[in-house]
Amino acid sequence: MKLKLGLALLVLVLLMIGVGPWFGTQDPETIHWDHMAAAPDATFWLGTDVMGRDVYMRTLLGGQVSLLVGLLASLVSVAIGVCYGMVAGFIGGKTDALMMRLVDVLYALPFLFLVILLMVFFGQHLWLLFIAIGCYLWLDMARIVRGQTLALKAQPFVEAAGAMGQSPMTILRRQILPNLKGVVVVYATLTIPQVIMIESFLSFLGLGLQDPMTSWGALVNEGASHMELAPWSLWFPALFLSMTLVGFNLLGDGLRDRWDPTSQQRASDS
Amino acid sequence: MVELVVKRLLWGIPVLWLILTLTFFLLRLAPGGPFDQDRELSPAVEQLIAEKYQLDQSLPVQYAQYLKRVVSGDLGPSFQYADLTVNQLIGLGLPVSLQIGFWALLLALLLGVALGAVAALYANRWPDTVAMLTAVIGISTPNFVIAPLLILWLAVHWQWLPVGGWSGGEWRHLVLPVVTLSLPYIAAIARLVRGSLLEILSQPFIRTAQAKGVAPSRVLLYHALRPALLPVISYLGPAAVGLMTGSVVIEQIFGIPGMGRFFVQGALNRDYTLVLGVVLVVGVMMLLFNLLVDVLYRWVDPRTVPTDAAGARG
Repeated sequence: MKLKLGLALLVLVLLMIGVGPWFGTQDPETIHWDHMAAAPDATFWLGTDVMGRDVYMRTLLGGQVSLLVGLLASLVSVAIGVCYGMVAGFIGGKTDALMMRLVDVLYALPFLFLVILLMVFFGQHLWLLFIAIGCYLWLDMARIVRGQTLALKAQPFVEAAGAMGQSPMTILRRQILPNLKGVVVVYATLTIPQVIMIESFLSFLGLGLQDPMTSWGALVNEGASHMELAPWSLWFPALFLSMTLVGFNLLGDGLRDRWDPTSQQRASDS
Repeated sequence: MVELVVKRLLWGIPVLWLILTLTFFLLRLAPGGPFDQDRELSPAVEQLIAEKYQLDQSLPVQYAQYLKRVVSGDLGPSFQYADLTVNQLIGLGLPVSLQIGFWALLLALLLGVALGAVAALYANRWPDTVAMLTAVIGISTPNFVIAPLLILWLAVHWQWLPVGGWSGGEWRHLVLPVVTLSLPYIAAIARLVRGSLLEILSQPFIRTAQAKGVAPSRVLLYHALRPALLPVISYLGPAAVGLMTGSVVIEQIFGIPGMGRFFVQGALNRDYTLVLGVVLVVGVMMLLFNLLVDVLYRWVDPRTVPTDAAGARG
């Protein structure tokens, strides 16, 4: 049920974001001086914000940016986390202990602080945003992948591959990696909403993207500061943002219940 | 137990040092300085300011001096708030953040456990579905979305509560920030409790209790809940830090003079000492809360074998 509901929500949001702008009649950046903070009507379907810009188009285009950031930063964190965890788990012994201790120390750092510092100091470049958030979120993935790799390494088929003379790199690529797929997909799905949330949070603080580029976080921030005048400029971005996050979380939870053998809730969930 | 505490506290020192060092050099890498202004200052004035704040010395020297001062408990003068030291600023903001965080934590625990228990008791029936759907929505909705909506309805529309402000911590000003802050934690705790309670309820000792004819409510409260709360206890450490160190978002939206805003403001203003001070306080709290949680955990569950220092994660 979770899976279906999550998928339905995401498909809906994706359809809106992907196809919606084609139907839009307004330009997202044009300022309509005669229609400031106008309520939703036939021309401005979701109303206009206090600067007289079309909320419909801005919400959808902001969503494209939010989703893009979510996917790319998750990719960064998955790439780092999988490589790190796989190597630590596969080599094992002292190297593993050392690598995991480093992860422990990094956990203890106020990482979000460092991300904020990075954003404040080095400007709000889109690519920096991906890297900063990706570097912040890889720790969980590394832990999970390491645990799985340790378990896989003890399996007979890995031993057999070693006995057949496959090099460690080949074993990692051909034996271990394919078997990590389920776990990685599950946790990547759960990483995406985290990224979107962090990006929104940074944008909310004014540290995310710069005008005219926008994202849901930035839109919610704008909307919240003028909610008495134009509440719809808060409602709609907030609604879309929440729908997306709920969708990803439901999808991730559902996938975890189904695929992740270490998940305890599996037997009990519908 | 004493050994664990001492070991952990000692392990905390290098972690704090690492945090401070990283932040210190990251701050200095950043372009711009604390006294850059639109109007250019005369070189003489600049020289004087630099001397006063010891910015004229080389970076390693400044770093050494800063560390020396921190060890003696002095976080230095703020670069932006001319008359205040960082110690004073944190002394102003931290109590406010602690107060809000404490109530939010309490609320999250009570509601979260209750919600999770209901969900587990009615597993896979409608109360469970409703509770868990609510929890997913609670976890997924950022507080900067919830806060304005709550203000819009409860404060602006119905005018039950003040829109914002602090008023020395009067309870009406506490309600909205505390509720907003605790919502995602309520949801997370509910999910944890549901999962672990389900597992416990399927154990033989629960069946024994049921077979003995113990009332269902007693089975839940006296037999099942205590072991089921173990994962919640280990979640409390990070949760307490997240709640009590001050949330920039909550403070900004509700206009609360807490500690969270110091960090972002400090970073924007290049207020080096203030940022470092806040980072240090958060780091110390993180270590203390995690230690507290581990001690609590061992007290509740004596089976726990202490791991080595590796537990220092946040």
